[in-house]
Amino acid sequence: MRSGAPIPGAAAVAAAAGAGAGPRGAIPHGGGPRGGGASDIAMRRPGSRAEARAAVWLLAPALLVIGVFFLLPVGAALLLSLTDFDIYAVADLHNLRFVGLGNYRRLLADPLFWTALRNTFYFAFAGGPLSVLVSLGAALLLDSRLARWKTLYRTVFFAPVVTTLVAVAVVWRYLYHPHFGLINRVLGWIGLPAIDWLGDPRWSMPAIIVLAVWKNFGYNMIVFLAGLQNIPVTLYEAARIDGAGWWRQLRHVTLPMLAPTFLFVGVITMIGYFQLFTEPYVITRGEGGPVNSTLSVVLLMYKQGFRYWNMGYAAALAFVLFLVILGVTALQLLFRRRGGAR
Amino acid sequence: MKLAWLVPATPAVLGLLLLAGCRGVGPGEGGGRPGQERLEMWALGREGEVVLQLLPGFERRHPGVRVEVQQIPFIAAHEKLLTAFVGRSTPDLAQLGSTWIPEFAAIGALAGLDGRLAASRTLAAGDFFAGGWDSGVIDGKVYAIPWYVDTRLLFYRSDLLRAAGCEMPPHAWSSWRRCMELVKARAGPGNFAILLPVNEYPPPVALLLEAGSPLLRDGGRHGAFRDPRSRRAMAFYVDLFRAGLAPAVPDYRVSNLYQLFAQGYFAMYISGPWDVGEFRRRLPPEMAGRWATALLPAPDEDGPGTGNSVVGGASLAIFRGSRHARAAWELIEYLSEPAQQARFFALMGDLPARRSAWQDPALAADPMVGAFREQLSHAVPSPKVPEWEEIANLIWERSEGVIAGRQGLDRALEDLDRDADRILEKRRWLMQRAAPGRPAAVPGGHAPRAAGAGSRADEGGT
Repeated sequence: MRSGAPIPGAAAVAAAAGAGAGPRGAIPHGGGPRGGGASDIAMRRPGSRAEARAAVWLLAPALLVIGVFFLLPVGAALLLSLTDFDIYAVADLHNLRFVGLGNYRRLLADPLFWTALRNTFYFAFAGGPLSVLVSLGAALLLDSRLARWKTLYRTVFFAPVVTTLVAVAVVWRYLYHPHFGLINRVLGWIGLPAIDWLGDPRWSMPAIIVLAVWKNFGYNMIVFLAGLQNIPVTLYEAARIDGAGWWRQLRHVTLPMLAPTFLFVGVITMIGYFQLFTEPYVITRGEGGPVNSTLSVVLLMYKQGFRYWNMGYAAALAFVLFLVILGVTALQLLFRRRGGAR
Repeated sequence: MKLAWLVPATPAVLGLLLLAGCRGVGPGEGGGRPGQERLEMWALGREGEVVLQLLPGFERRHPGVRVEVQQIPFIAAHEKLLTAFVGRSTPDLAQLGSTWIPEFAAIGALAGLDGRLAASRTLAAGDFFAGGWDSGVIDGKVYAIPWYVDTRLLFYRSDLLRAAGCEMPPHAWSSWRRCMELVKARAGPGNFAILLPVNEYPPPVALLLEAGSPLLRDGGRHGAFRDPRSRRAMAFYVDLFRAGLAPAVPDYRVSNLYQLFAQGYFAMYISGPWDVGEFRRRLPPEMAGRWATALLPAPDEDGPGTGNSVVGGASLAIFRGSRHARAAWELIEYLSEPAQQARFFALMGDLPARRSAWQDPALAADPMVGAFREQLSHAVPSPKVPEWEEIANLIWERSEGVIAGRQGLDRALEDLDRDADRILEKRRWLMQRAAPGRPAAVPGGHAPRAAGAGSRADEGGT
């Protein structure tokens, strides 16, 4: 994969967001960012009827695929969440009952759901920004004119993104081992007490966050790198002529020019981080322990759905998470628009 | 983590896949000699490897049959079997965890075995441990034959207990409790009398059964955790932590059980037969002769020798979709032969479900498994409802608050009953719907039933 590949997508979304098309362009439903902006433009341009008809035909295959593989399942899941689909219904559909909003009511009264939601927010709001900052830092280092072997470092930083998480988790479980783990050994060298990373409920989530950030920052780093390379050199030249040092260039040139990239990275990262699942699943063997301290909403959904086969309840959980993500994304866009109007 | 749209869609996608599921061609289809019957068996974990060593004998006796074993990791097996059922691609027979049987019977995945059993010349219910046999009987019908059984009993450091001046071994809860106090006093701070990982439900369930708790009442319609017998067991259980006799740690905090047992971090442990082999292998050599197994102490001083523990293990069952049910049954008969069961013990350490297999010298001479033999005669299955695992996990989750002192025991038991009642709501509804006239299609139900009428899962004998 060429490292420049994500650029068009990033640019399209950034452009769409900047142009005020906000939510439509930037809520990525799967492959969204990559063609979304372009089709928006095509649909909105005033043209002849024939042109519009041609557009419909050209779009039809994509729309069909989206309909069959996205809209239909989502609709089915919504229906599922209004029923008590469970192991008995697997045996015989006559055992299925329509329960209306019963699953949602039960969910709001379920302490485990609130624990999972709290953990998920913890992960997203601690891990998300951390991941973005690390990505930005890495991108700035790589973009620096002083940096050597850029391609090598870019590859090294990006490597975790394309590594299988299950393999990664096995290695990290060793790193986190309380007695033999490298991390505790390093802590010991600098005189810090050993931490039972995956056994202590206070440290288990930080451990997951560190793993997730390490695993994911490379992707955003590439996006930032693309954003950085799009900033015209003339701006820096002008800033230098005005006497701006490194810090003021960063504050007044780099960061403002990166704002659309920030929005894209922020939205994508938050959506991804709210769906925390694989890390605690592979690290805690599907439990979300210790004492449910790494139980995320998606992991709870998985346990309810696939261990106890309460599919209706699991579907309701999925929709609540969807609404949470939608809400957080909308807030981010609102925030951005306010910031942009300043 | 990038597939945002998958969040709401996952269950639906799965549902579609389930609905669209169709029978694929098995991996080995067409292999073997022409005209040979190919029998597909799913076996779990290590058993899946070891059973291969037992099969040549079967294939020699049945030259027309070739058995293909698919080995499935234990943790993935339940899900895979259910998915296979929905996708109509179940194997001919499978090894099932004994607690899964109610669920697979409930969905009608298993073939009834009563007819074959009645005609069998080598298999009879009477030769099996009653509790083990019972786990395969749902609503009076046999759906699975126990392959190997386990139960939980007491592992203890005989040297530490003797030094502390305990009754050897403790025979009732009162002397057991006294013994734990003595051991703890001698062990000093940082060490404990007994290890009961707080995130495991079998130990409290064993204590509950011992005290005579029904766990669920009214044919599995409601939780019975406020029952005085349940309360007694739970009070005994949580008090071990409150009194500092047991450390309140989950199992993954216990980094090396065997090392800690040898070090005297704890002197007693409730576990199953698999730990006999593990203890022998992993304890340092000087530990030999310094540990033993014993029946779970009985709740009452002058009652019977022990209360009931919980029976577990794995059974063999034939799926209704099987077209080779006859050969599958013959394989079950073969694997249940005392000689094969004894060999299985020698290879695996799995305890035979069949009593006559215990006459094998290796089993009869082993002092560590002797207690298991006795305990297995006093072991009953956990409630045979599909919802049991979900409820059982709540037992330890709800106990955690009491152990930590955040909640009173009665409050926790009330919560447990409420949780259980909520989880069992669907079951009550199904049973009520089935009650007038129609026989209950709900396992473990005591709804009135007309003999032989319309139960779907009895067509295995074709």
